Amino acid sequence: MASGSQSLTFFALVLPFLAALAAPFLTRVLKHNAAWVLAIAPAFIFLHFAGLLDTIAGGATVSGGYSWIPSLDIRFSWFLDGLSLTFALLISGIGTLIVLYSGGYLKGHPQLGRFFSFILLFMGAMQGLVVSDSFLTLFVFWELTSITSFLLIGFDHKREASRRAAIQALVVTGLGGLSLLAGLLVIWIATGETELSGLLAAGDTMRHSALYLVALVLVLGGAFTKSAQFPFHFWLPNAMEAPTPVSAYLHSATMVKAGVYLVMRLNPAFGGTDAWETVLPVFGGTTLIVGTLLAIRQTDLKLMLAYTTVASLGILVMLTGLGSDKAVEGAVLYLVAHSLFKGTLFMVAGVIDHESGTRDVTKLGGLRRAMPVTFAAALLAALSMGGLPPFFGFLAKEEIYAALQFQDGWHGLFTLVAILGNALMLVIGFAVALKPFLGPRVATPKDAHEGSVLLWLGPLALATLGLVSALLSGTAHHFVSSPMASAVAGSDIAVHISVVPHVSLPLVLSVLTVVLGIVVYWRLDQARAAIAGLLAAIGWGPDRGFDQTIRGLLRVSFGVTRIIQSGRMEVYMTVTFIAIALALWAPMTVFGELPDLPDMPNLPFYEWTVLAIAAIGLGAVVYAQDRLTAIVSLGIQGFAVALLFMLLGAPDLSFTQFMVETLSVVILALAMTRLRLHPSDHRPTNEKLLDIAVAAACGAGFGLLILKVTQMPFDDSLSEFFKTYSYVIAHGRNVVNVILVDFRGLDTLGEIAVVMIAGLAILALIRVRVPKPAADGKEGG
Amino acid sequence: METALSGLVGLFYAVAVYLMLSKHTIRMILGIVILGNAVNMTIFAAGRVLREVPPIIPAGFDTPPESVANPLPQALVLTAIVISFSFFAFLLVLAYRAYQELGTDDTDEMRVAEPDGEGPPPMGY
Amino acid sequence: MRTVIFRTSAPYLTSLMVLFSVFVLLRGHNEPGGGFIGGLIAASAFAIYGIACGVSPVRRALYFHPMALSGFGLFLAALSGFASLFFGVPFLTGLWTSPEILGVTVDLSTVLFFDIGVYFVVVGSVTSIALALEERERV
Repeated sequence: MASGSQSLTFFALVLPFLAALAAPFLTRVLKHNAAWVLAIAPAFIFLHFAGLLDTIAGGATVSGGYSWIPSLDIRFSWFLDGLSLTFALLISGIGTLIVLYSGGYLKGHPQLGRFFSFILLFMGAMQGLVVSDSFLTLFVFWELTSITSFLLIGFDHKREASRRAAIQALVVTGLGGLSLLAGLLVIWIATGETELSGLLAAGDTMRHSALYLVALVLVLGGAFTKSAQFPFHFWLPNAMEAPTPVSAYLHSATMVKAGVYLVMRLNPAFGGTDAWETVLPVFGGTTLIVGTLLAIRQTDLKLMLAYTTVASLGILVMLTGLGSDKAVEGAVLYLVAHSLFKGTLFMVAGVIDHESGTRDVTKLGGLRRAMPVTFAAALLAALSMGGLPPFFGFLAKEEIYAALQFQDGWHGLFTLVAILGNALMLVIGFAVALKPFLGPRVATPKDAHEGSVLLWLGPLALATLGLVSALLSGTAHHFVSSPMASAVAGSDIAVHISVVPHVSLPLVLSVLTVVLGIVVYWRLDQARAAIAGLLAAIGWGPDRGFDQTIRGLLRVSFGVTRIIQSGRMEVYMTVTFIAIALALWAPMTVFGELPDLPDMPNLPFYEWTVLAIAAIGLGAVVYAQDRLTAIVSLGIQGFAVALLFMLLGAPDLSFTQFMVETLSVVILALAMTRLRLHPSDHRPTNEKLLDIAVAAACGAGFGLLILKVTQMPFDDSLSEFFKTYSYVIAHGRNVVNVILVDFRGLDTLGEIAVVMIAGLAILALIRVRVPKPAADGKEGG
Repeated sequence: METALSGLVGLFYAVAVYLMLSKHTIRMILGIVILGNAVNMTIFAAGRVLREVPPIIPAGFDTPPESVANPLPQALVLTAIVISFSFFAFLLVLAYRAYQELGTDDTDEMRVAEPDGEGPPPMGY
Repeated sequence: MRTVIFRTSAPYLTSLMVLFSVFVLLRGHNEPGGGFIGGLIAASAFAIYGIACGVSPVRRALYFHPMALSGFGLFLAALSGFASLFFGVPFLTGLWTSPEILGVTVDLSTVLFFDIGVYFVVVGSVTSIALALEERERV
């Protein structure tokens, strides 16, 4: 493809991050109206991707990228087919509306700029996730969505519930992300592919690989946690602690669908096996039932919607797992429909909360006069959610039933699951859309009236789109449904379903669903009470399990820390030196590398004398009873070392050592007058024996090590280099000094910097006085 | 000479470790000084020792005419001596200031950072 | 320690030691010596002066704060490394020139300035430490 378009796509991927950077400054200037400016970014991205619709509908794919880490053959690459493009459009399109809606919803919030920044960051991450081609970028963006989700859920960080929800979401989806990373690595090992586009072509290699099951389990670990499949569903309802725009955007329309995206994306490579067609429908179906039942139980508008989101994600996973062409079509249609109606309903719930001050459905009623536009949007969305014609949800539900329709026992089971789930979903949809608006007016904490244009524009636009897309189903299928279904199935599929009635088994099932739904809606209060009673009887859920796990972890780590870090210096030191002694002795004994025991060395008497002086000095330091002895004997061993250096042909070292020892004795004497040296070390006998043993083991170990080293052949090429070139190149006759100031000048530069820093640190230590709290609180200037 | 030197350096290490295992900061510092000497001599001995011939090229020669002591470990040790002196001075002042502020040189009684009997961390979020 | 004899002789001793330290520094390239040793000798000279006559005379004699000398040394050492920049050779490459000053050939090099930098760092830091401790003692 043309490089101009390539760089434009790259720009579209980077744009949200740039907008996130600009958001706080814009918000400072324009307040909530910054939304209008910031929405240009997602709108531009939407238009850019919409421009690709025609190409993709023609069956082509769009890919591009830049080399990132060439040595590892890792590219920053993207790849757009029907699936990616639909997601990209949903993300940028709904994103545009959400940015506007946030401006209205959080109007006057002191941290609105930060909020915009986070949500645009998330948008960039999600955008990158769905168009990523290379595994690495996929993983990076995947984790980035988890992190931005954490930031957004914990946006109201002063409340404990928010913090808990944020941490819970991060732990669950973050662990899933690691599982995904492992899965991607296994796929890489199994197929040798590092890009999704390559993997899709290598489906057979993957399915027949011995690592197939391992890869499947690991990848599904990522997908199921992200898409809140049972039993990982618990984090999603808790994430409703986030401001409503976040719930509408991340936790219904986009981020939670990342898991579904991954499953759909991998369907051509992983699908069609027994494992795939068992695991996905079972988990998806369970999630659907659990989600809807838990949704009935709730009275909070957002929680009701959250649990139906869990249920909807279940349907999507279930259908993708069944894998027939019709099932894929159903999944695709449902995914689009769900993003439209659920995004709307969340925003409606937010508007109701914002305007009336409560989200409890039992405390709301009769708002239709006060908020007619919101009511219209809610109604449109609820009809779509309930699967009634002529809405996009209807098309999706028809296609789902067409895929299932009691083909055999296995599909029959899921048909029942789907009917029950859809019926309950209809109940919730109407409960959210009708209860607050119909009936007699109920007094609410705030006097409710219609919100600003920023608030109702988003929901109304999305809800209308749910209607229009169904009426113009031909166009929608041509540009969106068919290319996406083809990408998911891995073969060409044309979607045909329209709102024109067509008497068949799916329609009958639809009618059944609606009737069942209406019956339950009639008896909603009893149903709620029944489920509440059931849950109370069970008394435990994964949500409480999460708390117990976290507390357990804290207790265990506290216990371990208490043992390892006792706070006693001697213990730390003893352990350290025992480890050093082991490190010295173990390799030498295990590998038989102990040095040959030499004969008694034959040295001239003056060398023995120097050695003896050093040994005596050392002994005297240990036995020193008072300060003066200690200082003097420390000096003795130091001067003995200086003498040794002199005897062994190192005059420079010898001088330096002499000077340093002199200065050491001087400053030690100066400091010691202020310090106490105990007459003797009060160590109990057993402690003393242990210390002596450790010290002896270390000393002997080092002695043997040096002996061994000196018995090995010596490579003197480096030393010879310095000797040979010291005068010839560096014009210096003192080789040691030439090494210091010329050959290794950079090292010396670093070392004198250390000396200077030490000097500064000492100066600071002496000058800085901790102000005594009571006695002399005033610091002398 | 290597044999005798390794024996002596072993003794240096043993004494240094014994002193550092003390509870009293001042003895630990004495141990650290001795440890510095021990390490310097280890590096020195590992470069092999040669008696009384410093690595200096006499006038009129371009390279040392006879075999001379290995200059490389000497260069390494020379800076190490100065740096370990700075380090020693720093530790000494640290110990002395700690003694002034806390009134003790017993590490068991210095529990500001890791207080005794600290309770469990908060269990909330 | 502050006997009359010591106090009287200390300034002369110190001057001689500083002179000697400069000698050790300058001959360091060809004979045992160099910046580290020279610096330590000079630092002990100031320490002795401080013990004999107290800290304030030393500070007056030094005129600059010892840490300022240290910083100057580090600056000089780094600067002599950057000289190689103008000749297109790597950082810290030694450059030599042998101008004739008053009829004597003097070998000048960036390496010499580097060693002088080392000298100043060591003198400055060690003197600063010693003086700081001596000062404390008199409080």
